[in-house]
Amino acid sequence: MTFNRRDFLKISGAAAAAGALYGCAGGSKASGNVVVIGGGYGGATAAKYIRMWSNGGINVTLVERNPAFVSCPISNLVLSGDKSMADITTGYDGLKKHGVRVVQGDAVAVDPVKRTVKLANGHELSYDRLVVSPGIDFMWESVPGLTPALADGKILHSWKAGPQTVALRKQLEDMKDGGIFALAIPKSPYRCPPGPYERACLVADYFKAKKPKSKVLILDANEDVQSKKGLFMKAWKDLYNGMVEYRPNHVITGLDANAMTLKFEFSDAVKADVLNVIPGQMAGGIAKAAGLITANNRWCGIDWRTMESVAHKNIHVLGDSTLSAAAMPKSGHMTTQHAKIAAGAIVALMSGEQAPDPMVIANTCYSFVSAKSTVHVASVHAYDAKDKTFKTVPGSGGLSAAANEMEAKYAMAWAHNVWADALL
Amino acid sequence: MKYRKIALAVSLLGLASAAYADNHTLSRNMASACASCHGTNGNSVGGNDPLAGMPKDEMIRKVKDFRSGAKPATVMHQLSKGYTDQQIEMIANFYAAQK
Repeated sequence: MTFNRRDFLKISGAAAAAGALYGCAGGSKASGNVVVIGGGYGGATAAKYIRMWSNGGINVTLVERNPAFVSCPISNLVLSGDKSMADITTGYDGLKKHGVRVVQGDAVAVDPVKRTVKLANGHELSYDRLVVSPGIDFMWESVPGLTPALADGKILHSWKAGPQTVALRKQLEDMKDGGIFALAIPKSPYRCPPGPYERACLVADYFKAKKPKSKVLILDANEDVQSKKGLFMKAWKDLYNGMVEYRPNHVITGLDANAMTLKFEFSDAVKADVLNVIPGQMAGGIAKAAGLITANNRWCGIDWRTMESVAHKNIHVLGDSTLSAAAMPKSGHMTTQHAKIAAGAIVALMSGEQAPDPMVIANTCYSFVSAKSTVHVASVHAYDAKDKTFKTVPGSGGLSAAANEMEAKYAMAWAHNVWADALL
Repeated sequence: MKYRKIALAVSLLGLASAAYADNHTLSRNMASACASCHGTNGNSVGGNDPLAGMPKDEMIRKVKDFRSGAKPATVMHQLSKGYTDQQIEMIANFYAAQK
């Protein structure tokens, strides 16, 4: 029997794990200061994992404008009345227990040379490495007339979970039976490809129970359903026969909030009782302010081995703000995987080591087609050294065969585990 | 067992090779991808199986059974097809060592 490296790995791993607070083999040489901008799926996960994998050696400051994390995934169930805001909200105390310094505030500028982040209140934070995970901002000009209508709360996007989720739920509750809920979807890429279609299902589920004469009208700027097409179309037909109507190729050219009307390039105008308009999207504002946007004036190019910006050294960009690799969705789950790539690279680099070999990452995304029934799409992505990007692994991934109740339970298990992995 | 003693001694003396360190880091990083559904370091908060402390051989067998279709699944039959035998082994190594 020769000395087996596998045995070695197993034994020394276990021995070290028993002795270390975070289960990190042999302690960590990592030190220095990391600032994380954004406490969503990406930023929270990165903050926790950098603390954990550096064995507490790296100081982490998280800057987040909201007092608590509110999840976009599962928020469509708040619109249907099946979940409450409390169900999708998690505080930042868990991160504080990991030694993360949580600062509630708005990052407004980054100096990549001096390595400082400026907050709206004038405070400045110094970093050795910066993580930028701001999610998306809306391109207001993509829908003419939308900005003033949104300002007075008459038209909602509800594409960032929070007060707008509550407000749209109220609009749906206040709508008369026999009314029309119109949902306008922007051209891809946007955050959460199946999200709008799930929303159409869940609003229809609510109407079916409480306002059966009402209608859900999907006005999609794209030429077809962008995700889980067959499964959503089947749900609209089987569960909500006649209640949900899908119209492709509907690019908005005008909005009249007083008349509650949307105008389109090639189709008739649509009048509705509740207008839910999801505008086009781009990387969150701080990404632009920091000069991190490198593609189409919208997205941030990154080195996929480390998530480091191609525009500025020592700045790592995560999640929806990145120029997505092929077949990589802008999803909360995918963002947590970005965070782990970045955390692994940052801890290694701040230990004076090379960035680790690329890990394999995965995405699992559940959509509720009713309060009780769910479908999923899953994918696995591996780094391609030749093309320097992630690609889906051939033969992996797929969809649910059909909507089912078992996966509704798994969807909630996913939510509770991913929230805990990011925040607790 | 002789080899275990050698391994432990080498590890405790901090003489682990760079190759080992890289491999351990990669195992940890690879395994972290599973944590989104199965909990940090495999400590599930419920609903999905915990992976922490699962014996290595058991995990390898389960994942390979998902991959072959021998073990039915809702998602794991699709995800497991994205990993090589070696990658599955690395992940199983990591979780076997967790508490």
